[in-house]
Formats: sequence, C-alpha cells, structure tokens
Amino acid sequence: MNTWIAIGATAVGCYAVKLAGLLVPAGALERPLVRRLAALLPVALLAALTAQQTFPDGHTLVLDARVAGLGAAAVALVLRAPFLLVVAAAVLVTAGVRAMGG
Amino acid sequence: MTSAGSGLTLLQTCALSLLVFTGASQFALVGALAAGGNPLTAAAGAFFLGVRNAFYGLRLSQLLALPRAVRPFAAQWVIDETTAVALAQPTRRATRIGFAVTGLSLYILWNLTTLLGQLGAQAIGDTAAWGLDAAGPAVFLALLAPMLKTTTERAVAGLAVLLGLGLLPVLPAGVPVLAAALAAPAVLCLEGRRRGTSRGHARVDDASDAEGSAAGGSDAEGEEAR
Repeated sequence: MNTWIAIGATAVGCYAVKLAGLLVPAGALERPLVRRLAALLPVALLAALTAQQTFPDGHTLVLDARVAGLGAAAVALVLRAPFLLVVAAAVLVTAGVRAMGG
Repeated sequence: MTSAGSGLTLLQTCALSLLVFTGASQFALVGALAAGGNPLTAAAGAFFLGVRNAFYGLRLSQLLALPRAVRPFAAQWVIDETTAVALAQPTRRATRIGFAVTGLSLYILWNLTTLLGQLGAQAIGDTAAWGLDAAGPAVFLALLAPMLKTTTERAVAGLAVLLGLGLLPVLPAGVPVLAAALAAPAVLCLEGRRRGTSRGHARVDDASDAEGSAAGGSDAEGEEAR
C-alpha cells in the first residue's frame, strides 16, 4: 500500500511539473537564477544517489563488490560507452567479483 | 529492471514506467523505497529530480506552439531525450515531428523493456548474485556524467556526495538525499558571492578552479564552514 502511495505521489508530481512547463507563460520561470538552480538540482540528487547506493548497507558504510562494478561503469563512461554498456559493465564486474568470493 | 530487487511487484513497476515516465525519478523512487524510506520522502526525492522537466517544457512550448487542448497529452513526453531531439530541429514542423516520434517510440520502448526486464528478473531469482544491485548506481552515474560540464556542477556533485553519505547514519532513510539537494543552492550562493567580490579576477579564478576540479567538493565544503 505504501508503495502505491509513493508511486501515486511521484506520478502526479512529475506530471504536474511537465505540464506546468508547457502552460506557464514564458518569463515567469525564465529568470537565470531559477534556471541555474533547476539545472543543478538533478546534479546534486544524482550524485548523492550514486554514492548512497554504491556504499551503504542500510545505515553503515560498507565496501563490497558494487564499488568495483561502479568503477567499471566509470571507466566505460570515460570511454564514452553507450548507456546500456555502462550498466552492463557494472553488473558484470560486480557479479564477477562476487563469484570470486569478494 | 532494477526494481525487481527492491520488493516492487510487476504491476507496480509497470505502473511506474507508464505513469511517471522520467527515468531518473523512477530509479530514485525505487532506490529510496528499497532502502526502507518513507513513501512521501521517497516521492519528494523523485519529484525534485523531475523538476527539470518543467524547464524543458518552457523551451518546448515556444518551439512547438501547441494548441492548449493538446498540451496535457504532450506533457507526459516532456523529458531529456525528446527535448534534445526537438531543440535540434531547424523548423517548427520538424520540431513537432521530432518531438512526437521520439516521445512515442521512447514511451513504447521504455514500457516494453520495463515489462521484459521485470519478467526476466523474476526468472533469475536472486538479483544480487548476478550483480544486478550494481545497476542502480551505475544508471545514476551514467545520467550524472554528461551533466558534469563545469566546476560548478562538479562542486555541487562533490558536496552532495559528502552530505548524502555524511548524513546517512543520523537521518532516516530517504532524507539524506533530500538534504544533499541543498548542495545546489549552497554552491550557487557561494558562486554568486565570489563573483560579486572579485568580478575583475573572475577569469583567473575560473581557470584555476578547472585545474583543481577533483578537489571541487571539498573546496565548497570548506568555504561553507567559514
């Protein structure tokens, strides 16, 4: 049930901002500061999410095979690999390290 | 795909792709729920990731010049990819076609792969043994990487990582990510102040900043403490 609440809230919220962009007259949100902030918010959120899902196991910081996987993803990104290849690299390396007893 | 390991049902995952349809928000929501987050904090994080779509909509509404009645239907397709394609078109007609074709094909593909990924994951069983729990952070990293163009973005990312990890032991699940979002206004504010005090040296500052980009996060943290 809780999950459905979260899905509903996210769906309504995300649709509302998309629609707002199309309906709001240009100029109301067109201020440079607002624009900069909207561009930087995803950067902050994605960075925090990447870090949190790589290291922590619940509430403590634990290093495991995922770190190796993410390292592989980073290398793939530097080499400008396509999106799916980046994710595949992370998955394969993580599985490999785990299989070797990591 | 990744939601299989986090306790969402097939129906919930597909509903997410059909109704939310903005990748980063979906992954964020699933991740926050998997970590045991409160549904509303999880939704708030996903919502803030979706806010950028409003700014895409602003650009698109001028370019597409859609009739008001059509806008509610077009809105669901206002995402990174459709905006990128639409903005690259030379004429209004091409812009409209680009937007519609990209929107429709992505919408169908995204929802199909969600369904297939979910069915596949159910067949596999233990997703962790296959390293699939690394897919989540890898997706976030892949979405983040193209955004890190200047020192400002790197500083925001660095500060957000510090905040997100540092607050993890003290705040309930899902909240540290929201707190990390404060890195954006914090760095912007700092940047504005620096530009105000040393306008003449701005160019020199930027050059030296770019060199020390790796230390960008800790720089911002240190200056904030002062």
